[in-house]
Amino acid sequence: MNILNSSNITTLEFDVLVIGGGGSGMRTSLELAKSGLKTAVVSKVFPTRSHTVSAQGGITCAIASADPQDDWRWHMYDTVKGSDYIGDQDAIEYMCSEGPKAVFELEHMGLPFSRTENGRIYQRPFGGQSKDFGKGGQAARTCAAADRTGHALLHTLYQNNVKEGSNFLNEWFAVDLVLNQLKEVTGVIAFSIESGEVAYLKSQATVLATGGAGRIYSSTTNALINTGDGLGMSLRAGIPAQDMEMWQFHPTGIYGAGSLVTEGCRGEGGYLINKDGERFMERYAPNAKDLAGRDVVARSMVLEILEGRGCGDEKDHVFLKLDHLGADVLNAKLPGICELSRTFAAVDPVYEPIPVVPTCHYMMGGTPTNINGQAFKISSSNDEYIPGLFSVGEAACVSVHGANRLGGNSLLDLVVFGRAAGIHINQAMKSGGGVADAGKDDIDKALHNLNILNESSSGYEVSTVKKELQEVMQNYFGVFRRGDYMEKGVAALNGIREKIENLHLIDKSAAFNTNRVEAIELQNLFEVAEATAISSLQRTESRGAHAREDYPDRDDENWLCHSLYDPTTKSLGKRHVNFEPSQVEAFPPKVRTY
Amino acid sequence: MTISINIYRYNPEKDKFPYMQSFEFEKPKRDIMVLELLNQLKEKDPTISYRRSCREGVCGSDGMNINGKNGLACITPLSSVIKKNKLDLRPLPGLPVVRDLVVDMTEFYAQYEKIKPFLQNDTPVDIGERLQSPEERDKLDGLYECILCACCSTSCPSFWWNPDKFVGPAALLQAYRFIADSRDTKTAERLQSLSDPFSVYRCHGIMNCVSVCPKGLNPNEAIGEIKSMLLSNKKNQNIITSDKAG
Repeated sequence: MNILNSSNITTLEFDVLVIGGGGSGMRTSLELAKSGLKTAVVSKVFPTRSHTVSAQGGITCAIASADPQDDWRWHMYDTVKGSDYIGDQDAIEYMCSEGPKAVFELEHMGLPFSRTENGRIYQRPFGGQSKDFGKGGQAARTCAAADRTGHALLHTLYQNNVKEGSNFLNEWFAVDLVLNQLKEVTGVIAFSIESGEVAYLKSQATVLATGGAGRIYSSTTNALINTGDGLGMSLRAGIPAQDMEMWQFHPTGIYGAGSLVTEGCRGEGGYLINKDGERFMERYAPNAKDLAGRDVVARSMVLEILEGRGCGDEKDHVFLKLDHLGADVLNAKLPGICELSRTFAAVDPVYEPIPVVPTCHYMMGGTPTNINGQAFKISSSNDEYIPGLFSVGEAACVSVHGANRLGGNSLLDLVVFGRAAGIHINQAMKSGGGVADAGKDDIDKALHNLNILNESSSGYEVSTVKKELQEVMQNYFGVFRRGDYMEKGVAALNGIREKIENLHLIDKSAAFNTNRVEAIELQNLFEVAEATAISSLQRTESRGAHAREDYPDRDDENWLCHSLYDPTTKSLGKRHVNFEPSQVEAFPPKVRTY
Repeated sequence: MTISINIYRYNPEKDKFPYMQSFEFEKPKRDIMVLELLNQLKEKDPTISYRRSCREGVCGSDGMNINGKNGLACITPLSSVIKKNKLDLRPLPGLPVVRDLVVDMTEFYAQYEKIKPFLQNDTPVDIGERLQSPEERDKLDGLYECILCACCSTSCPSFWWNPDKFVGPAALLQAYRFIADSRDTKTAERLQSLSDPFSVYRCHGIMNCVSVCPKGLNPNEAIGEIKSMLLSNKKNQNIITSDKAG
C-alpha cells in the first residue's frame, strides 16, 4: 500500500464536523441544519444503528405530567445527590431547567411518547427520583415511549435531520484528530468504510459525539460499536479526560448475554429477589428499595452473590421478578423487555423471573466540557478551552452525572447539550470564531497511526488482544475495586500497550474492511481502558460507582473534586466541582442514603 | 460434531465473481445466535465482512439471508435455522453487494426518504406537548417499531423488480405510521404522493414482508390501509381513473 500523506489524500472542507450519529450528534446537527453552516455528521454506522437506539426506559424530565406539582429543582436535587456531589451544579441546573423545552421539542418533532388518559406524555418512576428535595417520596419523572424510548428518540432525530436536509457521511470512520501548531483542532482524518477512501475532513469546529466505550469490559450492555472512538482520538492527541474511574454498572443486564433490562421494570413494580425468594433490596435501601441509585443496587446484588445467596447452579446471578405485574401491564409497558428475555434468557417474564447481573453500562467520565460543549484542558490550574474541539453526550463529561448517573438522565443529557452545543457553535462561527489551518506535517502526523497499521506485516491479532484487554478490565476494575488488584491490572495493561502498538492488520483491502475498523476501535478501547485504570487506582476513596474495599468511605476533604487524567504524563490531577448554580442555592454534600 | 457453514464471499478488489466459502464449525454446546457464530468465524478469518452493532435486535444492522430466509443474525438462534447440519449465509437479496454479506442500501434508504418520514404539522404549539389520547397513540403500535433492517423490502419480488419506483414494505409501513398519527396534518398529500401505479399498487400481497419481519410487524396490513384510503379518496372525489397497476 502507498504511504498516506497530506498530498495524496483528499481534503473535504466543512464549517462543522459532528463525529457520531447518535442522539447527541444528531441533536447537534439538527440545531445547525438551519444555520447556513456547512455541517457534516460523520458516522461509522448508518445513524439509526447508533447505540442510543438501545435506550429503553425513558428520558427523565420535570414536565409535570404525572405530577402537576413537579419541579425541575427536585430533579436537580436528585441528580446532584445521585452524582454523589461531584456533578457540576451549574450544568445540572441547566439540564434540569432546560429539559422540558428539549423534551417538548422532541414531541413536536413526532416522537411517539406513550400517553396518559388526559393525552399528556406518560411518565414512570425511576431510581433515585424524589419529590420535594427527597422529602416527598418517590416521583414518576421519566417520560417514556413504552420501553423503546431510545429507538423512538433516535429515529425521530434522524427523521428530522432528513426533513432539514442535514448532510451525512455515513459509514465513514474517524481515525485521528488533526491539530495545528497552535494546538487547535482543525478536523479529523477519516476513511469511507465502503470504499476505503481516506480523507482529511477539515473543519472550524469538531464535535465529538462518539458515545461510550462499554466494550472495554467483557460484560456490557453496550453495542459492539461502543469503543470510545472520540476519546481514543483525543487521548492520543494529548487531550485530557475527566472522571474516567466512574463507570456505571447497570443492576439488570441479562445474565450471560449482557443485554439491558430497563430500570423501568422496577419503576413499574418489579423487584429483585435472591435464591430464597427474598426481596433483598429492602435490607440495603429501606426507603427506595429497588429504586435506589444504580450504584447502590448493583453493589447490593454483588454482595448477595458473594454471600452465597445468588441464584442458579453457580449462584452467580439474581432474579428480577415481574410476573406479579400481569400480562396486560407487561405487554403494554414493557413489550421490548418481554421480547429480549424470551430471546436471550429463554424466559417469559409473564411467568418466570429474569436472571440478571450487574453489567457495565455507562461511562460517566469523558472529555471535560462546559455547558456549550467546549472542550478544555487545565493550564496552571485554570480551565483553558481547546479551540475547535467540542464534545457532547456520553463522550463528554459536562459533568451532569458525576460519580453515578440517574436512569433516564442520559437521553436528557443528549438532547439538552446537543442542542446547546449547536446553538453555541452557530453563534461563535457567526461572530468570527474558527481555527487556523493545519500544516502538511500536522496532517501527516495524524496519518501516522493509520499508516503503521496499513504497513503491518506481522504482530498481534486484533481479536485476541481485545479479549485480553476486556478480561483485565473485568477482573480488576469491576463493581468492587481494591488497590493491590488494580495495581496488577495497571501492570497488565502496560504489557498490552506493546501489543496495541503492534497489531497485525491481516486484511489490507479497501472495500468494507471491518478488520481495519476493529483494529482502530481496539486502539481506542485501550486508551480509554488505561485512563480508567490509572484514574481508578489513584482515587483513594469510595464515591458513587467507584467502590473501593481498601477505601470504603467517601472522602470529601480530599476527593470532592473531578479527576483529570493527563495522557501525556499518565498522571491524575484534580479539578474543582462547580457549586454555583445561578437560580437556586447550591446543594451541599450530605451523606447519601436511599 | 461439526456443522458446515457456507458464507457468500465477494471482495470487489479480488474476486471477479462471488463464491460460497465453506467452514467446518464445531457445533457449540449451548445454542448461540448466528451473529455469534459469525464473530467466531471472523476471529479465524478476519476478512469476513458483515455489519453489526447492537447485537440484540434493535439497531437493524445485521439483516441477512439465513438458510434462504431474511432475518437478523443477532436474534436468530442457530438451532432454529440449521438444517441437516448445514447453514448458508448470504447477503440480503435484490440489492447490490458491496462485499461479502454487506449490501448497498442506498435505494432502500432513498425510498424511506421519499415518503417524508417525519411528522408534518405547521400549527404552532404555545406551551407543552401536543395532546394525543392513549387510543390515538395505540394506532402507532406495530408501526413505529420498525428498525429499517430491510429484511422485508429485500424479500419482496416487487421491490426486486422496481426498487426505484415501488416504495417497498418498510417505507410504506412508515408512510402509514405518519398517516395514522393524529398529530400529522398532511394525510391528503401523503396519499396523493402514493397514488401512482407503482408506489403502493405494486404490492400484490404475497406477504413475504410479514413472514420475515424480525420485529413481528405487518407491513402488508399497513399497505392495505393505504390502498383502501386511496380508493375511498377516489370515490369521494368522484374521480374516474384507469388503474394501470398490474
